[in-house]
Amino acid sequence: MNAKIRVLIAKPGLDGHDRGAKVVARALRDAGYEVIYTGLRRTPQEIARMALEEDVDVVGLSLLSGAHNELFPAVIAELKKAGLTDVIVFGGGVIPEEDIPFLKKSGLGAIFTPGTPLKTVVDFVANNVKPR
Amino acid sequence: MKKSEWLEKYKKTLEKFPERKKEFLTGSATPVNALYCPEDIGNQTDAIYDGKIGLPGEFPYTRGVQSTMYRGRFWTMRQYAGFGDAEESNKRYQYLLNSGQTGLSVAFDLPTQIGYDSDHNMCKGEVGKVGVAIDSLKDMEILFKGIPLDKVSTSMTINAPAAVLLAMYIVNAEKQGISRKDLTGTIQNDILKEYIARGTYIYPPTPSMRLITDIFEFCSKEVPKWNTISISGYHIREAGSSAAQEVGFTLADGVAYVDAAIKAGLGVDDFAPRLSFFFNSHNDLLEEVAKFRAARRIWANIMKNRFKSKDPKSMMLRFHTQTAGSTLTAQQPDNNIVRVAVQTLAATLGGTQSLHTNSRDEAMALPTEQSVTIALRTQQIIAEESGITNTIDPLAGSYYVEALTDQIEKTAMEYIKKIDDMGGVTKAIESGYIQKEIQDSSYKYQQSIEKKELIVVGVNKYTMEEKTKGELLRVNPAVEAKQLERLKAVKASRSSKEVEIRLAKIREAAKGNENLMPPIIDAVKEYATIGEISDVMREVFGEYKERIVI
Repeated sequence: MNAKIRVLIAKPGLDGHDRGAKVVARALRDAGYEVIYTGLRRTPQEIARMALEEDVDVVGLSLLSGAHNELFPAVIAELKKAGLTDVIVFGGGVIPEEDIPFLKKSGLGAIFTPGTPLKTVVDFVANNVKPR
Repeated sequence: MKKSEWLEKYKKTLEKFPERKKEFLTGSATPVNALYCPEDIGNQTDAIYDGKIGLPGEFPYTRGVQSTMYRGRFWTMRQYAGFGDAEESNKRYQYLLNSGQTGLSVAFDLPTQIGYDSDHNMCKGEVGKVGVAIDSLKDMEILFKGIPLDKVSTSMTINAPAAVLLAMYIVNAEKQGISRKDLTGTIQNDILKEYIARGTYIYPPTPSMRLITDIFEFCSKEVPKWNTISISGYHIREAGSSAAQEVGFTLADGVAYVDAAIKAGLGVDDFAPRLSFFFNSHNDLLEEVAKFRAARRIWANIMKNRFKSKDPKSMMLRFHTQTAGSTLTAQQPDNNIVRVAVQTLAATLGGTQSLHTNSRDEAMALPTEQSVTIALRTQQIIAEESGITNTIDPLAGSYYVEALTDQIEKTAMEYIKKIDDMGGVTKAIESGYIQKEIQDSSYKYQQSIEKKELIVVGVNKYTMEEKTKGELLRVNPAVEAKQLERLKAVKASRSSKEVEIRLAKIREAAKGNENLMPPIIDAVKEYATIGEISDVMREVFGEYKERIVI
């Protein structure tokens, strides 16, 4: 039997909205994943460091402050720097549709905007993560 | 026929014509009966006169804090606004005032809210995004250009660095020739809910409470018409709490502030009349009306019996309301106009003093001019055309609304007692109790949506292919660079020696116990920046470490 898949749910930047991040974290935990939540106000470097230290397979980024085009690619860059090239990254929050192609090109596997059912997020992780 | 007989007959009817669901719940998951009758409120036909329901403008203010309410004047129509830099936001404020709004409400960007200058390395991508970027007095001067601060009241949603923004507001007004004694407005200044639900804290609880009580004291003497705090439940509800939790946790915060001010040596009636509140207006209209009424009754009793105030003004819960942003959807955004209309009815049938209505694009961006106009017109139509403003507290006496008011009061007071037994709000936050309660509510709420027990039109029912995309507001990406240029120019043109001296005075005051407002005002006058002032206090007070509760 494979070891539990580990997920980091992160809040990059100054945004204090954590309802969605916590609900997604709980849903993933209920689905059987090991979930670590970074808390608020994390820099891209801190997120990459936590991803490395916690040996995660997936990183979920939550951002509702409009700074996603700067911060999401910055997190991906830091993950790459830390050698975490196999980690799946997804994002969510208040992100206009038109920004999604850019974010996907930057390395995000999916962006979950308002109204997304939790099942969609859980299924994405299940279908995209590689077993340990 | 008695109610019990009617219920027997009703049960029989259900065998042939069942109800459309197994359980009927309020928006906060409280069971709702098919029918309410006098016995559901204890057959108290005299409750109006025995002080439980009471009369408008009379203790316990269940029916409203003013005797004339909207027959005297409508609630203040006060749209929360701000984005980009001070110039852009000033334009939006002029537009809103010209469109008929009756008060200003300033949204600051996250760097400003967290006491960072726009050039701080934590602020890349954040400048001007969720509100206006304010680095120094220079920005405030531009923000309020052409706006008569002796005629317009301004609410500023600012918490950890509230003292700095209040100082800037006062200094700017005085430069306009307006005395601080004539200024009207509010600062949110409610740090406890930042720890609980909003996240823009800087310092730990004890020095934060000191800053807050310093502001209470300063304003009671210097800025007497200013609301020194807006004790908030809006964000607690947005984080996922129930209606009773919104009231219970907010009023528990209120108790903590009153306690702190009294411990700091202030007389309760010296500051309490200028405390104000801020609540959410959610989907379940009747539950929300009951909620507002319950909140007024509980607070009046707390101020009279627990804190022994003698001034009726200390017992009056005056509040601003915002319609619930979290209920608005990205799918079929025009539906949000309808939701906001319902939530506006809830707030005004509930007797709010001031209201912000969200725009249809809430789930996706800050409002376009067109969207915010519809939101403002919603208030104006309900005020002028719906007839609900012709009489005071029209839903009083409804068996259901009074039963719900009683129920919310009871549950909220249980939360307040529980927090008292823990040793107060600060302890309850430290232990993670409040945060966990909110998260549990929030997860249950989401699950009920996933299970389709709670319907969200356009999201889990009546979905459709979205054809046209409306125009969305995008903050000009050039704003960040422009703001950094302005910040550089301000720093170059001021006396850095004088700024150093004034910052040192703040440091001294922070280490001691003199009121921090005067030295902050002095520093602001010399164009010390919000980052510089906040950093001095970071040095002395330290920074809050979030207790991660999941």
